[in-house]
Amino acid sequence: MDVDVIIESLPLYGQGALVTLALLVLSLGIGLLFALPLAMLRSLPSPWVWRPIWAYTYVIRGTPMLLQLFLLYYGLAQFEAVRESVFWPWLRSAWFCSVAAFAINTCAYTTEILHGAMRSLPGGEIEAAKALGMSRWVTFRRIVLPSAFRRALPAYGNEVVLMLHGTSLASVVTLYDLTGAAREVNSRYYLPFEAFITAGVCYLLITFVLVAMFRAAEKRWLQPLTARS
Amino acid sequence: MLLGYGASLLEGAALTLVVAMASLAIALALGLLGAIAKLSRLRLLRWPAEAYTTLIRAVPDLVMMLTVFYGGQLLVNQLGDHFGWGFIDIDPFIAGVLTIGFIFGAYFTEVFRGAVLAVPPGQREAALAFGMTSRQVLTRVVGPQMLRHALPGLSNNWLVMIKSTAIVSVIGLSDLMNRASQAAGATREPFLFYLAAGGIYLAFTSLSELGFAWLQRRLGVGTRRVQM
Repeated sequence: MDVDVIIESLPLYGQGALVTLALLVLSLGIGLLFALPLAMLRSLPSPWVWRPIWAYTYVIRGTPMLLQLFLLYYGLAQFEAVRESVFWPWLRSAWFCSVAAFAINTCAYTTEILHGAMRSLPGGEIEAAKALGMSRWVTFRRIVLPSAFRRALPAYGNEVVLMLHGTSLASVVTLYDLTGAAREVNSRYYLPFEAFITAGVCYLLITFVLVAMFRAAEKRWLQPLTARS
Repeated sequence: MLLGYGASLLEGAALTLVVAMASLAIALALGLLGAIAKLSRLRLLRWPAEAYTTLIRAVPDLVMMLTVFYGGQLLVNQLGDHFGWGFIDIDPFIAGVLTIGFIFGAYFTEVFRGAVLAVPPGQREAALAFGMTSRQVLTRVVGPQMLRHALPGLSNNWLVMIKSTAIVSVIGLSDLMNRASQAAGATREPFLFYLAAGGIYLAFTSLSELGFAWLQRRLGVGTRRVQM
């Protein structure tokens, strides 16, 4: 173990960690923003509404995220129309494409998680809301959503950790996230164990913090809902 | 088909399947061992298994794979120098399969552990009361019943695993992803080839899901279904 190299490279890892966290927060935020309305529409009875959304989540969940990233970053550049459009400055940036690919990916998983949480709501609660004269929207806002968010917490916590690990793919399209920093250190000093294990430890710490956060959130919001055993 | 790259893509797809199957074999073995260790009464067994599942599930698969690939190469070089074997290239197939198998072994450990715990304790007690040894209890009573509970978890992790194999393309194995990239570079039609590769991955995951649904019905024969 060459500790000097690790200490010398710490600033690089620090910047990498910031990039990783930025990628994570941005993609999760955008994904959740779109997942909420999609999950609500996915729960509607009309097949014209839920089928397309189901198809979207099915395709995204059935293909690797690396492929989705490549399709956006390398694939779209194939078309002349894309290269000449006003979006080109964004679409050729690895940053934009990574965030977009990760957001599209996590949005699909989050939609399914929220949809599942909404479906697991006991039917009696909705009937009670109807009996009290609540409109569909009020029922949604007051009864369905608060409970769905709580029930979705464990699965969403998993998704967040998986997304953290997924952001490491950004290093493949030249971004200097934590993994990118490790690859840089490895190619500079040819010390693979020092380089990658340091990155691994950083991911480990971030994962533990995320898991602890979700555990606290579950204790605060989910536990009151579950039956005492 | 596909500008003459169709056959190449299919070869890559076959390799992707081989990588996934080989990793599955390793992961299943590790998962069973891990679950036995985790459920054991001995702290000496429980503790390493706990560390294994916690550490593996907290680090990205790409980082793990790069560690094994570059680190393994370094070790092989040093060993080669020491014993005078000359230069040996580390095989991306072996590095990829070992890493993915090792990673998913941790996930399968959790699946099997949960499945064993889902078997009602009365089953085990009854078997013991019949005078079966603990090995017999495992192979005749708990094992077969556990499999049914493990199936949804196995199916989920298998789907994640097929998709995870895409990262072996990063260390240069010519799997489906890698073939698509090569074809994309040669023809300058990346969208077409990544889309085709996506279609093949989707076919794999869809067929797997159908297969697992059938298996679930088979293993669920004789169990009571309650309709809401």
